[in-house]
Amino acid sequence: MSGVRVLVGTKKGAFVLTSDGKRQSWRVEGPHFGGWEIYHLKGSPADPNRIYASQSSGWFGQVVQRSDDGGATWEAVGNEFVYDGVPGTHQWYDGSPHPWEFKRVWHFEPALDDPDQVYAGVEDAALFRSTDGGKSWRELSGLRGHGSGPNWQPGAGGMGLHTILLDPTRPERLHIAISAAGVFRTDDGGATWAPKNRGLKSEYIPDPNAEVGHCVHRIACHPERPDVLFMQKHWDVMRSDDGGDSWREVSGNLPTDFGFPIDVHAHEPETVYVVPITSDSLHYPPEGKLRVYRSRSGGEEWEPLTRGLPQADCYVNVLRDAMAVDVLDPCGIYFGTTGGQVYGSADSGDSWTPIVHDLPAVYSVEVQTLP
Amino acid sequence: MIRVVLPAPLRSLARIRTGEVTVEVAAPATQAALLDALEAAYPMLRGTTRDARTLRRRPFIRFYAGGRDLSDVEPDAPLPAAVTAGEEPFLVVGAIAGG
Repeated sequence: MSGVRVLVGTKKGAFVLTSDGKRQSWRVEGPHFGGWEIYHLKGSPADPNRIYASQSSGWFGQVVQRSDDGGATWEAVGNEFVYDGVPGTHQWYDGSPHPWEFKRVWHFEPALDDPDQVYAGVEDAALFRSTDGGKSWRELSGLRGHGSGPNWQPGAGGMGLHTILLDPTRPERLHIAISAAGVFRTDDGGATWAPKNRGLKSEYIPDPNAEVGHCVHRIACHPERPDVLFMQKHWDVMRSDDGGDSWREVSGNLPTDFGFPIDVHAHEPETVYVVPITSDSLHYPPEGKLRVYRSRSGGEEWEPLTRGLPQADCYVNVLRDAMAVDVLDPCGIYFGTTGGQVYGSADSGDSWTPIVHDLPAVYSVEVQTLP
Repeated sequence: MIRVVLPAPLRSLARIRTGEVTVEVAAPATQAALLDALEAAYPMLRGTTRDARTLRRRPFIRFYAGGRDLSDVEPDAPLPAAVTAGEEPFLVVGAIAGG
């Protein structure tokens, strides 16, 4: 019988939650790497036993962990992330030049067809790739070097490259997103890049329609429709139907269009999920009610999903990498909170159950659907 | 043999279950040679106490031995005799901070 494995990165370690296809009873393993910050874990689509984990610490720096047995055991692999050439400067919060400095890996994206190939999105923003299972890393420096890099600025959480979308139909195409620079796309495997932010409007930056400088929190797409992209921006939920060439707002009737994660149903490409957050200064749900909002029409029309979620006195946040979907039928949705809860829905979001209540603050949630 | 005491997060990273480890360091025993030997024995520690490329000590890491702060001693200076004789451990200490 098929099952799922939920990979949870937290402020103080990694946890692995497993269940059978019913997704009703769960086994919780962890913490792995107790005491360390785990920004992200993700399994290889080509080999689900291969998992990469970003382990970091303000004291001891970055460690990359790799598992070849589905998270039971781990091995530290390569942790040298050296910017290509002379790194130069980006802008600091006050607009002054600031040298590019590697801080940590925010996100791993294993290649679709090769467990040894994996991309890493890092802070300060850059894209690295390993082709030897994480032993060595090389920057795809065309991204930082395409021209606008010196104008990028960090978001409040740092200048991280947090989203990497691989296109199953065009292996040479990748979209990435950076806070607070925006979306960029390559059509030649990472050699050259172009900003893809037309249509974004951000009132909090000097030029609201600037080519770069938008605080994109997350982008997502359905693998069978890679030209249709959904975005949760700092404010605004956006949609592109042309691979990011242009964007339009689809916030519609959301109670607030601020938030962090966004994801797409595994079998319904027009069904999208967000978690509205009160505002940029109030990083908790409006009215103390934790609600996932679902659109079945690709945006504009949204419905609150509340069954099983706290509807009073809830003041947690859901971070950008902390929502994921499985590919079972019905589709399972999972998200983690800064209060240490991981909620799961085995019915496309109609109802929710806490899988765990009291983990450290959850940074990331990924799901593997197992045969 | 030189005795080394590592902070708990590095002991768990390196799967060291004892309070201290010993490493063989060829003469002349310096801080750089000691860290080289430590990283050779425990490759997962590369980059955790000093930058893997520049070999510069990480900002929140300090080195002590025999009650002395050795953090800013030149990496190629000889280690104190009590350390090389195994009478005193070389302490790798993480700054007390955080939550």
